[in-house]
Amino acid sequence: MITLNHYLVVSGILFSLGLAGVIARRNILIIYMCLEMMLSAGNLALVAFSRFRVTDGLPDYTAQSLVFFTITVAAAEVAVGLAIIVALFRTKQSVDVEAVTKLQG
Amino acid sequence: MPPLLFYLFVLITLGFGLNVVIARNPVTSALSLAVSFVGLASLFLSLDAYFIGVLQVLVYAGAVMVLFLFIIMLMDIKSEEAGGRANMAAIIAGVVVAGILSVQVATISGKLPFSDKSTETAALKLAEAGAQWEAKGKENLPTISRDLKAGELPDAKLMGETLFSKYAFHLQVVGLLLLVSTVGVVALSKRDNKEASSQS
Repeated sequence: MITLNHYLVVSGILFSLGLAGVIARRNILIIYMCLEMMLSAGNLALVAFSRFRVTDGLPDYTAQSLVFFTITVAAAEVAVGLAIIVALFRTKQSVDVEAVTKLQG
Repeated sequence: MPPLLFYLFVLITLGFGLNVVIARNPVTSALSLAVSFVGLASLFLSLDAYFIGVLQVLVYAGAVMVLFLFIIMLMDIKSEEAGGRANMAAIIAGVVVAGILSVQVATISGKLPFSDKSTETAALKLAEAGAQWEAKGKENLPTISRDLKAGELPDAKLMGETLFSKYAFHLQVVGLLLLVSTVGVVALSKRDNKEASSQS
């Protein structure tokens, strides 16, 4: 029997995978993809909570509205972030995070 | 949803998610992420969130991943050189932090007040909800109560009802955010006129 616990554990593992990628990888594009993965893991937890908190016989649609807004904000964030990455690539000719050291003390 | 299907989709989501992190070629990572998102969308469907599931496929697996692939193609990025120049300290730190976090989530999530509810014990009562919708009177949307009484979950209709009544203002703010980000992207990717004329 699949309980809320199962979904939360899956969400936690997906978030951890994304976090590991953000810390360990040096390609800025892959770091960005891992950020998207972490956002999706958060969405999974929200949708699971919404389904198992049954109010008046229906799922709690407040949580699903929040997921809707998260997806919208993530789409906007990807557009702006990729534009910044392209601008970075134009000046540095590299997508390695270690190529950007200008602000390093 | 049968437990077997749940574990299959979890395997797809997490397996391809792992491949995103360990693949050397960025194109492999991007395509794995798209498959992982489709697996995640199936998990949303198993939670009776049909609208969110469709949105996940359309926006993430469709638009966002195509944008990523387009940028990878545009930059012509070669896969990371095979030499072991990867930063070992960062890799160890990533694995340790992720491990600690997932163990924490696994221990805490079992202790939540309703974490042992399943789709059977927390079943949706559609007919009851339909009667309540009808009793609302003036605010009642007839299509929603009709669907509920027929035993169907009008997911997209209920979602739209919530978004346009309870969160109407927030929806407009998000619309404004999309406009601002569009303008921002145009401003960021526009070359200076001087620079463009000197290059041509």
